[in-house]
Amino acid sequence: MLNLTLNGLEISVEKGTTLLEAAKFYGMEIPTLCSDEALSPYGACRLCLVEIGTGNHSRLVSSCTYPAREGLTVRTHTERVVQARKLLLELYLATCPSSKTIQDMASKLGVTKVRFKQKHEECILCGLCVRMCAEQMQGKAIGFVKRGIKRRITAPFAKKSEDCRLCGGCMYICPACQARCQGPQEKSPICNACLNLSAPCLDYFEEAMCYMDPCVACELGTGRKAKAQS
Amino acid sequence: MEERTKTDLENLKKQNGSSVVSLLQEVQEKYNYLPEELLREIAKERNIPLMDIYSVATFYKAFSLSPKGKHKVVTCSGTACHVRGSEKVTREISRTLGIESGHTTEDGLYSLENVSCLGACALAPLVVIDGEYHGSMTSAKILEILNGHTAGKKENGCCCHDQGKKENDCRQVSLPRA
Ligand code: FES
Ligand code: FES
Repeated sequence: MLNLTLNGLEISVEKGTTLLEAAKFYGMEIPTLCSDEALSPYGACRLCLVEIGTGNHSRLVSSCTYPAREGLTVRTHTERVVQARKLLLELYLATCPSSKTIQDMASKLGVTKVRFKQKHEECILCGLCVRMCAEQMQGKAIGFVKRGIKRRITAPFAKKSEDCRLCGGCMYICPACQARCQGPQEKSPICNACLNLSAPCLDYFEEAMCYMDPCVACELGTGRKAKAQS
Repeated sequence: MEERTKTDLENLKKQNGSSVVSLLQEVQEKYNYLPEELLREIAKERNIPLMDIYSVATFYKAFSLSPKGKHKVVTCSGTACHVRGSEKVTREISRTLGIESGHTTEDGLYSLENVSCLGACALAPLVVIDGEYHGSMTSAKILEILNGHTAGKKENGCCCHDQGKKENDCRQVSLPRA
C-alpha cells in the first residue's frame, strides 16, 4: 500500500493505481475526455490534470497516466488546475463545438467564452475509438495515420476495413461525434432538431468519423447514401 | 504485381522478426513507393494488423504511398536555409520541373520533396539531388545544375546506366566540407 495526500486527505492506495483511479475511489471528481475504465490510459486530452507536489516544485500532470507514489501530495482542484482545464475546454470548444460531451463539460466548469478561432472538427483525436477497436473488440480496423497537424483517425487506405465487424464500439465511445442536442427552442415545446440534423459522422471515409457501412447506429442515415451516389 | 508480390513475400518471410519499419524500408527501396496490394499481402502473411502497417507508412516521410520519381530532389526549408533564401530556390526548382513540392513529374523522373533541415546548415541554402548535396544554392546556380541534370537524363535515361556505373551509383553522397 502507498500512502499519499489527496486534497489534504491522508489516503492509501494499492501499488499501480493511477491518481485518477485514486481520486475517483475517494469520491473526487476529475473531468476526463479520453479515459475509460475498460481501456488503457492514453493521456491525450489533458483534462484530467492535477497538481502534484507543493510550493515552487509543484507541477501539473495528467492523473489518468500518473501512477500513485509514496508520499505524493496531490491536489485536484487548485486555481492553477482549474484555469488549465478551462483553457483546454475553450480549445476543445473551438475545435469541436458539436459535441454534447464537450458542451456539457464546458457548462459544468463554467466556461462561458471562447477566445479562439472557431473550427468545426469532427474529431479531437482522443483515441478512444482506436483503443476500443483494438483492446475490447480485437479489431484494429481503425487507427491513427500521419502525424502532427495532419494526424487523423481512419481505416487503412481510407477504405472500409476488412477487419471491421460493424460492432459500433467506436461510435458508442466517441465523445465528439454524437449529434448536438439544442433542447427545445423558445417558440415550441418540442425541438426535433435532431430529426433535421445531418448526422455529423456520415461523410466520406477520409475525414469521417463513421466507418460503418451501412450505418447501423443511425436510423436517419439516408443522407449518406444519396451523397455517395451523387 | 502478382508475380513480384509472390517472390517478395518469399524473401520477406525468410527474415523473420524484422520490424514493420525495416520491412517497409525494403519495399520502399525496391519500388520507390509502397504498393497497396503488397502491404495488404504483407499484413496477411506476417500476421500484422494492416492498420499498424498503414499507420507506420503514413507516419514517416521516408515512406510514400504513391509512386515516387526516379530522381529525388530534396529542398530544405529549415531555419538556416530559410533565412538564406531557400524559398526562392525552391520556387525556381518548382518552376523548372513544373511540379509542386511533394509531387512527381509526369514522366516519373523527378519528385520534389521539402524537408525541415537536412543537418548541414552551414551549407544553407541546401538542395540534395539523388543524395548529392549542393550547398549555398541560388536560383541561378540551381537552374544550371538542374539543366545539366535533365539534359544528361534525357540523353542517357539514367545517368548511372550508360556511363558504365552500377545502378544507384549516382546516389552516392558527396558532402563537401564547409
Ligand atoms: S483523461 Fe487523462 S488525459 Fe484525457
Ligand atoms: S536548415 Fe537546411 S540544412 Fe539545416
